[in-house]
Amino acid sequence: MVVTLTTERIYEALEDVLDPEVPALSVVDLGIVRDVTLAGDTVRIDITPTYSGCPAMHVIETDIVSAVRRLGVDRVEVRTVFAPAWSTDWISASGRAKLKAYGIAPPDRHTDGPLVPLGPTIRRVACPFCGSSNTELRSEFGPTACKSLYACAGCQQPFEYFKSL
Amino acid sequence: MSADPVLLFDYLLGLGDDRLVLGNRLSEWCAHGPILEEDIAVTNMALDLLGQASTLLNLAGQVEGKGRDADALAYLRDEIAFRNVRLVELPIGDFGFTIARQFLFDVYSFHLMDTLQACSHTGLAALAGKCVKEDRYHVRHSGEWVIRLGDGTEESHGRMQHAMDKLWPYVGELFQPDAADVAMTAAGISPELSTLRGQWQLVVQDVMGRATLMVPAVVTAPPPGIRRGSHTEHLGHMLAEMQIVARSHPGAKW
Repeated sequence: MVVTLTTERIYEALEDVLDPEVPALSVVDLGIVRDVTLAGDTVRIDITPTYSGCPAMHVIETDIVSAVRRLGVDRVEVRTVFAPAWSTDWISASGRAKLKAYGIAPPDRHTDGPLVPLGPTIRRVACPFCGSSNTELRSEFGPTACKSLYACAGCQQPFEYFKSL
Repeated sequence: MSADPVLLFDYLLGLGDDRLVLGNRLSEWCAHGPILEEDIAVTNMALDLLGQASTLLNLAGQVEGKGRDADALAYLRDEIAFRNVRLVELPIGDFGFTIARQFLFDVYSFHLMDTLQACSHTGLAALAGKCVKEDRYHVRHSGEWVIRLGDGTEESHGRMQHAMDKLWPYVGELFQPDAADVAMTAAGISPELSTLRGQWQLVVQDVMGRATLMVPAVVTAPPPGIRRGSHTEHLGHMLAEMQIVARSHPGAKW
């Protein structure tokens, strides 16, 4: 059976390409796939990096090429585009739900606060385990570039918050 | 007016090298941070800076057009060809010194990238749009530490003030335009460095005030003969360690 290759089918294939550092999310959920184009026998996919130094980007690129090749495409080009810069606002609604189910608090809508506030934590992050908003920022920087560390006073669990960017 | 490619290359090297060298300095804290969270935070910032350096140096290589990429520029240039300011190459000192230096650089970088994201060079504007988001997190982190330590104990206050006093003679260089800066300002790429200095001073004075730290003096020009690309004795030692593997095993892949 010959299946016609469409951008929809390519997007479906990309739904299976997971972020190696947050395997709850696909690259489509993350919002880093910016464009998919079909030109003759070539598929071109534009992706944008989450953070400048994110080491997962190389793996993601290789995984995208393999996933699209499995559709029978020989020529796959992955291009990195920088503008507009990625924002966590591009994480899909289903991506947010998957993050929460995985135990990572999803990001708030991004707003630029004061440059150097040093005050009580303005951002109220709900605990992804018990839902309590009695939580405290422990460190703005976590085990990967995209996450902060929080602790919940409700259920005494530490948890990660996907930083709003 | 489009920019002279040789001067644009120099300008991009300056941007890339500042972040490459500072990222390497910060990464020296890996497994040596004062607390676990800070170890992670400082090395996260190092990773951002190295990532920024990599994209900026790749762009520099494209502008140069001789086939050099970020790795070639980072690992195969000698000390004399590095265009970073001296501020970023100074040894890490104690944690207060690291944070003070980071804060002074972060405020500069944030305002610089904020302007560059709307500059006339679309490739650089795109990279700057990425950097400014990361820099915002860095300024907040280093700035909050300056306040905590400056307005902390007698010991932490003393160390923070000492660090600022030691660093101050190096900040003038950030705002001293060289030939590349002048050409990039004329081409609508770089902001006027005097404008940038004004923005920098506002934030630095506010935060140092809240930190009960004394701002040493007005920002003075660097000593005669010192410009971007002049180095202290510290850079060569850092590069020797950073470049040894790439130079001993040319073209190695792993």
